[in-house]
Amino acid sequence: MRNIWVIAQKELNSYFVSPVAYLLLTMFAIIFGFFFWNSVGYFNAASLQSQMGGQPMPMSVNEYVIRPLLSNIGVVGLFFIPMISMRLFAEEKRLGTIELLATSPIRDIEVIVGKWLAAVMLYGVLLLFSAINFAFLFRYGNPDWKPLAIGYLGLLLQAGGLLAIGTFISSLTKNQIIAGAATFGVCLLLWVLEWVSGYETATWAKVLAYFSVITHYDSFSKGVLDTKDAIFYLSMIFLGLFLTSRSMESLRWRS
Amino acid sequence: MITVQGLTKRYARTLAVDHISFEVKKGQIVGFLGPNGAGKTTTMRILTCFLPPSEGTATVAGFDVLEQPMEVKRRIGYLPETPPVYHEMEVQEYLTFVGKLKGMSGATLAARVTEVAERCAVADVRAKLIGKLSKGYRQRVGLAQAIIHNPDVLILDEPTAGLDPKQINETRDLIKSLAGDHTIILSTHILPEVEQTCEQVLIINKGKLVATDSVHNLQARARGAESVLLEVEGRNGAVESQIVQHRLETVNGVSRVVLKDSRENRSVFEVESLKDRFIRGDLARAIVESGWNLNELRASAMSLEEVFLQLTGGEKVEEPEPVEAVAQGESQ
Repeated sequence: MRNIWVIAQKELNSYFVSPVAYLLLTMFAIIFGFFFWNSVGYFNAASLQSQMGGQPMPMSVNEYVIRPLLSNIGVVGLFFIPMISMRLFAEEKRLGTIELLATSPIRDIEVIVGKWLAAVMLYGVLLLFSAINFAFLFRYGNPDWKPLAIGYLGLLLQAGGLLAIGTFISSLTKNQIIAGAATFGVCLLLWVLEWVSGYETATWAKVLAYFSVITHYDSFSKGVLDTKDAIFYLSMIFLGLFLTSRSMESLRWRS
Repeated sequence: MITVQGLTKRYARTLAVDHISFEVKKGQIVGFLGPNGAGKTTTMRILTCFLPPSEGTATVAGFDVLEQPMEVKRRIGYLPETPPVYHEMEVQEYLTFVGKLKGMSGATLAARVTEVAERCAVADVRAKLIGKLSKGYRQRVGLAQAIIHNPDVLILDEPTAGLDPKQINETRDLIKSLAGDHTIILSTHILPEVEQTCEQVLIINKGKLVATDSVHNLQARARGAESVLLEVEGRNGAVESQIVQHRLETVNGVSRVVLKDSRENRSVFEVESLKDRFIRGDLARAIVESGWNLNELRASAMSLEEVFLQLTGGEKVEEPEPVEAVAQGESQ
């Protein structure tokens, strides 16, 4: 446990002493700020229109602002996740510091979990920046906080799964760019897999769509904590970290 | 402290280490010598539990590298060929991090960081980013990292590679000062380094251990004959190198004269003596008395280099030593 924290602390540190964390946070804040502004503007216009139309329809902030925005974060996250995970192992391998970790009295799995945890925590900080926007909704409106909390939990789980896969990919190469590009490809693929369900209802299409990380987020964005979807993300995390530990092991036998 | 038995490491196609066996006693400095690609790094990586052996066993302080890697890792300090430093960390921060990795914490760790920083002469750059340090400093930070948890065994892979001569000397002194408290294995392909720092030498070539001996014995083996380089200049114009060579060959105790280089009025010879004969004085006298100028006369690098070349199949192979016998007899 302690070792995991030692590694996680070191990783977080290196995110924040380099421009990486600040760059990601700034970009995310700007992009999400735009989404939020857009979404609230649309909501305002729509509610105004429904009032002018004479038949005022009760519009929920949760339904029309928070829910689509949470899904948007999930999609934007796909682009940020490779940039968070790409350096985790690739950089250690390039600098040779992996030898230090591998010859210290610390287990491989502690190194892996520590690094993954740091990546998830950086993503968590990213999410905090989006929470600032939502805080305004609570100031001027009256949304329900529970679906929002579950939505965030879902985002963390989703990112956890993708980051675990990113960690694995990063452990396969010395080159950060390769790790980043490959992770980005995988993230993108896991997103668009869902599209096949739009025109095809055969079993293969259902299986493909099942593997899309986005479909499993639907329940979370509605504020429903569905175990089936939570388990999907948890098994993704487990698989990613397990593959990483295999890859670290093979490094010893091959190098 | 370290026992290696029939250690073998195979990669896909190559045999990197081929059944080597040796033993290192507590408190010794052992030089691990061999040409590039001889299998030094591989052996060290096996000892540090970075790589598993394909065959054979290695134990450090009584713990097997395969069976109890955690115990071995706790007792080993390792400096790989490139110091494993994070460029975005400050020296102090880095040493603290490594200390934590090795299981230290709190005040003990803080005190130890200060201590090793001073010992390795990096105390003055403690607050600097490692990425901004020179190669020499980085190497010393690497060394500080290796000794932070006061390990029983230190394994240093080419600790002086890439340093300037002054830094090399400093690093050697530092390593020597660490002996006694620690058992040290250092690898190198530089011979004088072994002569200056180590008590014991393991010579490895193409994955095989070709000699284990004390530095003293190896030097004695090499010192049997003397080899001298000299440059002769004709006093007025050209010099007849043939004549000079004949004259040199007649000097008492000379076994062989080789003409190395010849330009208009000067020639360079390499002269070898018979066993246990000192010929430099006689050579100088012979040249001067024959009316030539003696521009230069120096002992050519004979020391360990020759033994090394012989053992690693450089040019002439004379009598290959029975490895095991020497290894057992001289490891005290």
